[in-house]
Amino acid sequence: MPRSRRSSTSRRRACATRSAGSRARPRNRRGNPVSGAFESAFSAAALRRGAPWLRGTGPDSDVVVSSRVRLARNLAGLPFVRKAGREQRDRILSLVRERAMSAGVARCAATGGGGQTERMLWLDIHRCPALERTLLVERHLISKEHAKQGGGGATAATPGQPAPKEAAEAATEAAAASASAGGEPRAVAITLPDEQLSIMVNEEDHLRIQVLRSGMDLDSALDLTDSVDDALEGAGEPAHGADGPGLEYAYSARFGYLTACPTNVGTGLRVSVMLHLPALKLTGEMEKVKRATRDLSLAVRGYYGEGSDAAGDFYQISNQTTLGRTERAILDQFEHQIIPQVIQYERHARRVLVERRRRVIEDQVLRALGVLRHARLLTPEEALTLLSQVRLGIYTGLISNVPAQTVSQLMLLTQPAHLQRLLDREMDQNERREARADLVRQHLAGE
Amino acid sequence: MKCDKCASEATVHEVRIQGGKKVERHLCEKCAREEGFAVQSHVTVPELLGQLIAEQAAAAKSEIGVPTAPIDPTKIQCPTCGTTYGQFRHSGLLGCAVCYEAFEAPLSPLLQRAQEGGTHHTGKVPKRLGGQRAAPPAPAKAPAAASGLEERLRRLETLKKQLNAAVAAEQYEQAASLRDQIRRIESPAQESKG
Ligand SMILES: [Zn+2]
Ligand SMILES: [Zn+2]
Repeated sequence: MPRSRRSSTSRRRACATRSAGSRARPRNRRGNPVSGAFESAFSAAALRRGAPWLRGTGPDSDVVVSSRVRLARNLAGLPFVRKAGREQRDRILSLVRERAMSAGVARCAATGGGGQTERMLWLDIHRCPALERTLLVERHLISKEHAKQGGGGATAATPGQPAPKEAAEAATEAAAASASAGGEPRAVAITLPDEQLSIMVNEEDHLRIQVLRSGMDLDSALDLTDSVDDALEGAGEPAHGADGPGLEYAYSARFGYLTACPTNVGTGLRVSVMLHLPALKLTGEMEKVKRATRDLSLAVRGYYGEGSDAAGDFYQISNQTTLGRTERAILDQFEHQIIPQVIQYERHARRVLVERRRRVIEDQVLRALGVLRHARLLTPEEALTLLSQVRLGIYTGLISNVPAQTVSQLMLLTQPAHLQRLLDREMDQNERREARADLVRQHLAGE
Repeated sequence: MKCDKCASEATVHEVRIQGGKKVERHLCEKCAREEGFAVQSHVTVPELLGQLIAEQAAAAKSEIGVPTAPIDPTKIQCPTCGTTYGQFRHSGLLGCAVCYEAFEAPLSPLLQRAQEGGTHHTGKVPKRLGGQRAAPPAPAKAPAAASGLEERLRRLETLKKQLNAAVAAEQYEQAASLRDQIRRIESPAQESKG
């Protein structure tokens, strides 16, 4: 059956509105027009450098892969996204763009986070081809919902529940399915080249301000979201026209920042960490951790998000309650009380495993490395599961000739959109499995 | 805490005095049901409802009672965006900022449960509103200070609205607590005696 979506031109339309207007757009080898801004930000060469939040550095990075802080905000006087018509969504988009792309916000992002922000990229997601949107999802710069959303808003069609085994590939297909529709106006602003800050516009809320960091680093992430939030509001700036008007947020004295879903109301704050817990999984302690964290009103999800099984033993833990406590109180309990205990627990389990079952664990992690070095076909989930084993081997000292950085990089590059972008061509599932195995072999061969 | 009979987490805790000795029991939901415990609440739902209806009728007749015809909260509609409370319960999403005011009565108990008891924002305040941290809410004190009849009436009216909403939202624990509060306001003398 011919894959008609391959020939769709609208899907290939460039999506960066900040690309240099009438300047000629670069074309990739297959002749697809790609926006200049996206091209340079997410070129194959750039992808090979990995994602800054997945460097495998930062405090406690043996267990904590990454930290994330997110603030939900809505503009006063406009309905929430789901109830907003096309014109209203356009208006939200232009209000936020004017402000988010202002000097004030850029300055704040550049100085506030210790990153290397040089500029901000604004992408109109509804004009992005499917592959570009999926790439942004894989880099955690936008949510899966934000990439998927068709015309109907936040609750728009969720195409048939993907089989968990192929979740990543299903996400690609789903994104592709709704790609040509154009959809309702929605966008994202991203700082480059560090990708530490992204502001999603017209997701479930008008704004979702997100900061991602490698390792356990929530404190500075909250500081940055907080100052970006202020900058978007135009706080402390003389009201001269150059920077556009500040945003006015929907807020009530009792309920705080008003959000579309009452589970976000109040602070609008969601803090989360992605943890690598292979030893707790192996020793059967994971259920205890899940129960304990749920008792503490935290949510535990797998790597591929809600509902999916934790592929590769990567778990995302986040706070659930947002009302009645201050931002600092929410973060402090999470960062300084709860998560350190999980980290200690995992480290303890790793030590126990290595001391008491060394041969078994050694066998397991080295076999994983062996498969990765010799496989000719790999699904994304298999790759992630094996990489998780190798990661465990590295941090327990059982594998010494593979850098942790290589594993982190492969976790990202083996995902469908990254693979296709790296090789600069669209591939079906079978082609991707071959390409994935080839890529993994290249990276792990010489060591 | 573990269930006395199996390895599950205990959710029902009972303390009895038997022969002068304290006897404690801890059971999980399943074992408790097998043992004949009412797990959800100490009062069965029809009992509670019956009580509530009787009390509402009494309140409506009493001189300070503010007649509050039972309202169907699913029909409450936001005047700004047209979202009904029923639609919100279905989708989990509100339509606009005004929804929070329009649905305050039925939303409050829901929020309190979802937010682990959090009812008032104590965090960041937008810069345009001064940026000062919100003051924590005054502890919910019985209207002792507000001895005036007017204040009591207003308080009663609010409580009864919340009660209706809580019943309709099947928040029976919340309803029972509201009922007790109403009772205390309606007959403060009785309370001081007990
Ligand atoms: Zn039991
Ligand atoms: Zn509304």
